[in-house]
Amino acid sequence: MKIFLILCSFVGRLTVDATWKLGEGTLFLIRVLRSSAATAMRPRLLLDEIHFAGVLSLVIIVVSGLFVGLVLGLQGYETLKRYGSTGAVGTLVALSLVRELGPVVSALLFASRAGSAITAEIGIMKTTEQLTAMEMMGVDPHSRVIAPMFWGGVISMPILSAIFTAMGILGGYLITVVVIGVDSGAFWSQMQASVDFWGDVFNGIIKSCVFGIAVTAIAVFEGYFAHPTAEGVSRAVTRTVVTSALAVLALDFILTAFMFTGA
Amino acid sequence: MDRRIVDLWVGVFVIFGLLSLVFLAFKVGSSNFISASASYTLIAEFDNIGGLKPKAPVKSAGVVVGRVESVDFDNQSLRAKVQVRVDERYQFPKDSSVSILTSGLLGDQFIGIDPGGDEDNLVDGDRVRITQSAIVLEKVIGQFLYSKTAETDKK
Repeated sequence: MKIFLILCSFVGRLTVDATWKLGEGTLFLIRVLRSSAATAMRPRLLLDEIHFAGVLSLVIIVVSGLFVGLVLGLQGYETLKRYGSTGAVGTLVALSLVRELGPVVSALLFASRAGSAITAEIGIMKTTEQLTAMEMMGVDPHSRVIAPMFWGGVISMPILSAIFTAMGILGGYLITVVVIGVDSGAFWSQMQASVDFWGDVFNGIIKSCVFGIAVTAIAVFEGYFAHPTAEGVSRAVTRTVVTSALAVLALDFILTAFMFTGA
Repeated sequence: MDRRIVDLWVGVFVIFGLLSLVFLAFKVGSSNFISASASYTLIAEFDNIGGLKPKAPVKSAGVVVGRVESVDFDNQSLRAKVQVRVDERYQFPKDSSVSILTSGLLGDQFIGIDPGGDEDNLVDGDRVRITQSAIVLEKVIGQFLYSKTAETDKK
């Protein structure tokens, strides 16, 4: 009986927590969006944040994109060789990167590279009471700090995803055509025959935009609502990475179900 | 950090991203979104379309000239009605025939157009008269086995 009560209150606490986060998160997001007008008036702040979230993530995105492409090309070649259709390796690499791996893996990398940094920065600003100090000076921290960070992340994510996908396809090209010696014409032409711009590339871009919004919103939310202690900030950073990874994977499933099923 | 360095890097980042997008659009994807407006629709009816799906390529002499727009069942003629969108750069005589072919032994099915000899060309909304249905592998095997047993019966 006692165990049952403990279980019940545990489930209850989880539900209350989840509901609180959902409501608070939505209100917070609306508040950030409403303070975005001030960001548009000061593009310098936005530029700084694109540099912070996008440019500084460039190295990890380019390198991992290249390696994901290399591995895909190698594995795809080994499998397709059994069926004697190694020319289709271009299709395999391109479709899997454009539809799934590009947006998803770059979003996961973005969450761990830029999302965690955003959370840590906002969390430490809160811990050291910089946000409160801003409010004391009559500066709205939402429009000065949080909205530029949010938009910087949202803008950077699709660009990073496109770079990741392009690098991956180049990686696949390098390993299969240059190293192994698959016919270059078959590689590109079969790829072009099966990759559709609107159906595949554009849907991938939509995916990366959605992931960008989700990851950055989670990052600024966790940072803003972190407990103002060293431990609180570290927990918030961990939560950002874990929650964004789960959100990206769940959203990817939903988006894929809508985009790539039927016909 | 110096303003100009931030500006420069953000510029490099955005240009790099746009270049990737252009690469994805033109080199990886079939960039048929440009010519999407300049195309015309043809209708063909088949007894059996096999596994033909919308977006399947339409080829003539092996060159992709268009895509399958939709696949429907026509209640009046009780046949499959296939709408095909062909790029306007490619024109075909009125008595051209269309057939459903398979790429490779077990590959995807596509529509092949064999040009005829008529002087007038097909225009938007035209119905192609001569069609050849998909070859269904099960039927072919069935016929083959049937003729084989017929042969052995004769002996």
